[in-house]
Amino acid sequence: MVRALRTASQRPAWLLMCLLCLSIWAAATQGAVSMTSGDWLAILQTSDTPLSGGAYVLWHLRLPRIGFAVMIGAALALSGALTQGLFRNPLADPGLLGVTSGAACAAALTIVLLAGSGIDVPPVLRYWLLPVTAFAGAVGVCFVLDSVARWLTADSIAGLLLTGIALNALAAAVIGLCTYLATDEQLRSLTFWTLGSLAGANWFLVTTLLAALILALWALHRLTHAMNALALGEAAAAHVGVNVRRLRVRVIALVALLCGFAVAWCGMIGFIGLVAPHMVRLMVGPDQRRLAPLAMLVGALLLLLADTAARTVAIPAEIPVGIFTALLGAPFFLVLLVRMRKGR
Amino acid sequence: MIQSWSRRTFLNRLAAMAVAGIWLQPGFANGAVKQGGRRIVCVGGGITEIVYVLGAEQALVGVDTTSLYPQAATSLPSVGYARALSSEGILALRPTHLLATEDAGPPSVLRQVSDAGVPVTILAANDTFEGVIERIQRVGALTDRHMQASQLEKQFRQDWQRARSPILARKKPAAPRVLFVLSHSPGQVMVGGKGSSADAMIAYVGARNAVDGFDGFKPLTPEAVIAAQPDIVLMTTQGMQVIGGIDGVLKLPGMAQTSAGQKRRVVALEAMFMLGFGPRLPQALTTLDQLLINAMQVSP
Repeated sequence: MVRALRTASQRPAWLLMCLLCLSIWAAATQGAVSMTSGDWLAILQTSDTPLSGGAYVLWHLRLPRIGFAVMIGAALALSGALTQGLFRNPLADPGLLGVTSGAACAAALTIVLLAGSGIDVPPVLRYWLLPVTAFAGAVGVCFVLDSVARWLTADSIAGLLLTGIALNALAAAVIGLCTYLATDEQLRSLTFWTLGSLAGANWFLVTTLLAALILALWALHRLTHAMNALALGEAAAAHVGVNVRRLRVRVIALVALLCGFAVAWCGMIGFIGLVAPHMVRLMVGPDQRRLAPLAMLVGALLLLLADTAARTVAIPAEIPVGIFTALLGAPFFLVLLVRMRKGR
Repeated sequence: MIQSWSRRTFLNRLAAMAVAGIWLQPGFANGAVKQGGRRIVCVGGGITEIVYVLGAEQALVGVDTTSLYPQAATSLPSVGYARALSSEGILALRPTHLLATEDAGPPSVLRQVSDAGVPVTILAANDTFEGVIERIQRVGALTDRHMQASQLEKQFRQDWQRARSPILARKKPAAPRVLFVLSHSPGQVMVGGKGSSADAMIAYVGARNAVDGFDGFKPLTPEAVIAAQPDIVLMTTQGMQVIGGIDGVLKLPGMAQTSAGQKRRVVALEAMFMLGFGPRLPQALTTLDQLLINAMQVSP
């Protein structure tokens, strides 16, 4: 009986894994450049001759991009699951805390002010400038968030949320100001940056992100019990021995890391952080031990599908991926909601 | 063998479609092979125009969405909007060159394309007469049409002289104050300030830009419109359609309190013709000049 229950409860994980593998295969075979089996063999060979043609595209563009989509999706979904767990609020996501806006704000300032100031940034640095400042923005917001909220309202999570909302408004105002000050060109790069894109993927970034994700999973593993206790309420969690303040700091640091990476390299990709944890909660319930990993799978799947659609629907052009995350995710989410309601 | 291949492709597509829920289009990689070596992807309407005038359009294998003129350019595969290019999409056209304006991006995509061994040439988006000359020379060199390029340059200089000399010779006691209004959607109205392409055109026809307090395109308050006191409102035909013709323009806040609004002096030109800064610049100059003169003379 117990075993039967366990296998039944593991079904979503297997199903999602299979779907993800299938999507990875589909994403690898589809694209503007058609692949031959020779191209696949070429990337497996360890020769010194540089890749060319289809093999080049496969190894240097398509595969890293797939890895990127999977990992950014997982990172966004995990940060969403953590934020929702921390605030015990299904509507919370990193966007609500101001983390995403903080990163966007820093990027906007970089695009408009630094480019406008006439400071000549060396080309090598120029490539890194935007991601680094965006990451600094995310971490900066988290730092301000934590210190302000602590100073204001000791250990209350409501205070944290309200501070997040205030920071969000502030960041939005600064972005608005940048939008106004921007020249026509800067405005257009700003707009496309906020729509999000995975076009910048390469193996170095994929490896970096993988390391960050493994770190996050390890941290998550140590946090889930406390997160589950927190679901009962702050006071109750404190009674069962959870140090709420320390938990808060850790979760926020984790969210900043994941979100900062995602926003820094891919711009703003909305929807996944909010909806992927929801979908999973509807399927398996709110236990963080299962919710968080499954949310990562769903996030990875959603973003991979969205990105594959974004780069293949209008070949040889490319459509901003943010459009597809919502276009694919929202109807799916609605159907899930309706079905859950019927099942009740 | 052939059958098994096509079945495999079919199954691939079917699976992808089932997963993504959409029909995926086949790539262009198997398209017709252009003879004679060069395969150019051109990003930027002004550059595409030059390629056509030089007669090098045989080498074009792809353009961006701003390449609307000549008509033939619109039938080429489109690599999308100049600022949201796709590296794989470009490489799928198997180009030997990528020719783009400064506006092209994102930078990571341009890098990927050049890393893949495709030479990327970025031409300055210099919206001046000299800028057009430079682009003609660069495109001529790149398409190996030096003769045609120097001929076009000569012709272009002559046309420019012919278009500019009446403007320069004219006695201008009062150059009209022109307000350039860019309207992508009815709710959002931008005007062209200093350094914008519209500002350059207004200066070339010997008129004055009614607003000079800021750089580039900015939204304008009704009070600032009144303070600017334009004699003429200049628009793009596309913007004019969006905003609902002359009547729509006159309904813009503040417009009724300007002399342009009271006398219904609103003129429009096609966007790429007026602001494309390509080989048609002299014609655009003459046309715009005539439009402004007519507007000033015919005042109800």
